[in-house]
Amino acid sequence: MELFLIAIGACLVNNVVLSQFLGLCPFIGVSKKVDTAAGMGGAVIFVVTIASAITNLIYTHVLEKLNITYLQTIVFILVIAALVQFVEMFLKKMVPSLYKALGVYLPLITTNCAVLGVALLNVQKSYGFVASVINGFGTAVGFTIAIVIMAGIREKIEYNDIPESFKGTPIVLLTAGLMAMAFFGFSGLIK
Amino acid sequence: MNEAVKRLKCGLVTENPTFVQMLGMCPTMAVTTSAINGIGMGLTTTVILILSNMMISALRKVIPDKVRIPAYIVIVASFVTIVQFLLEGFVPSLYDSLGIYIPLIVVNCIILGRAESYASKNNVILSMFDGIGMGLGFTVGLTSIGIFREIFGNGSIFGKTIMPESYQPVSILILAPGAFFVLSCLVAVQNKVRLNKLKKAGEAISVCEREDGCASCTNTLCMGKSFTVEGVMGIKEKPDKKMTVGDAVKNKSKNDSDKEV
Repeated sequence: MELFLIAIGACLVNNVVLSQFLGLCPFIGVSKKVDTAAGMGGAVIFVVTIASAITNLIYTHVLEKLNITYLQTIVFILVIAALVQFVEMFLKKMVPSLYKALGVYLPLITTNCAVLGVALLNVQKSYGFVASVINGFGTAVGFTIAIVIMAGIREKIEYNDIPESFKGTPIVLLTAGLMAMAFFGFSGLIK
Repeated sequence: MNEAVKRLKCGLVTENPTFVQMLGMCPTMAVTTSAINGIGMGLTTTVILILSNMMISALRKVIPDKVRIPAYIVIVASFVTIVQFLLEGFVPSLYDSLGIYIPLIVVNCIILGRAESYASKNNVILSMFDGIGMGLGFTVGLTSIGIFREIFGNGSIFGKTIMPESYQPVSILILAPGAFFVLSCLVAVQNKVRLNKLKKAGEAISVCEREDGCASCTNTLCMGKSFTVEGVMGIKEKPDKKMTVGDAVKNKSKNDSDKEV
């Protein structure tokens, strides 16, 4: 039950894009079409879940054992950068079909601050291994929900008559603001 | 000396990271709920930017070109860790209110952008001034957005109430949606300025010095209006396939066809 609450909290209540402002660049950059947005979401789910698991293992079994937890920022960012590269190579070799589906979006993720953010939040909230993975997964699902909804809205917005200077990013940000307001509705879900 | 003043002016005005280049938008939106948070985040980033610029500039002949992005990241992350400890020890209130956004300075694209486009090519003193200029430009941007949101969202400035008692604060402005609204208007104003310029000139002005144009740019908020943001995230030749972040950025720019131009 507690794990379920963590997942719901990460996914809806504290949505990573709409309430924590992490991963904004891909959210704005790759949300023009629903299929590309879904592809990006899939890649993020994949990487963030693995990254939460690995950073948690490294934190508990290496950093804490050696008493060097203060190195977490340095270690995490390097691990994540290497991990994305490794996942890309692995998928290319072993699961070419999945690689084809995610391939374009994988490298985009290293620069996504949501991955590092989730890893750091897991440590900050002192989640165990399972809770970390669930939190990472929930956060990434939240990202996917937000970006897919946004892509759906943007496909409609394209046909609207928008003031010249609001075309492009500004209208996307405005829409994101309205979505963030809508997501406030979830805030009563968890005490 | 002249060059140093130019760097300062460049960071504060002509290439202001917040208002002109639209870099580092995650912290900009997340911490500007009040003026004091904005100033704290801005100054923290400034310190890290100055230190990392100086260090990278000093090591620019030692770091091999192939591994430079990972090397920069390690340098930046080390400084972030040090600054994080200092904040925790000396300014615990700021440390608490900035929270997770302090370690996330590592992935702030302003810092890597300056390292790549300025510090790796210029000497230590000039890089220091570039860091000061850019950092202060970022601080000014964050603080002014913070002041705006705090005045209208909370009726106060730096924690002191200034609005008359009858004023009903627009509290949505200091909540998450307010950040999106404010930023949206900011980009719209920028678009307006650019459109007016275009109308005056009668043709497209291209001020971006990136040799391959906007197609490979990683700055999604720029959309062709940026000024001299050469190689913000390292678009130079990247020969080694093994490289992690740099390579990723390169691929990113290559593949991101979905971007607005």
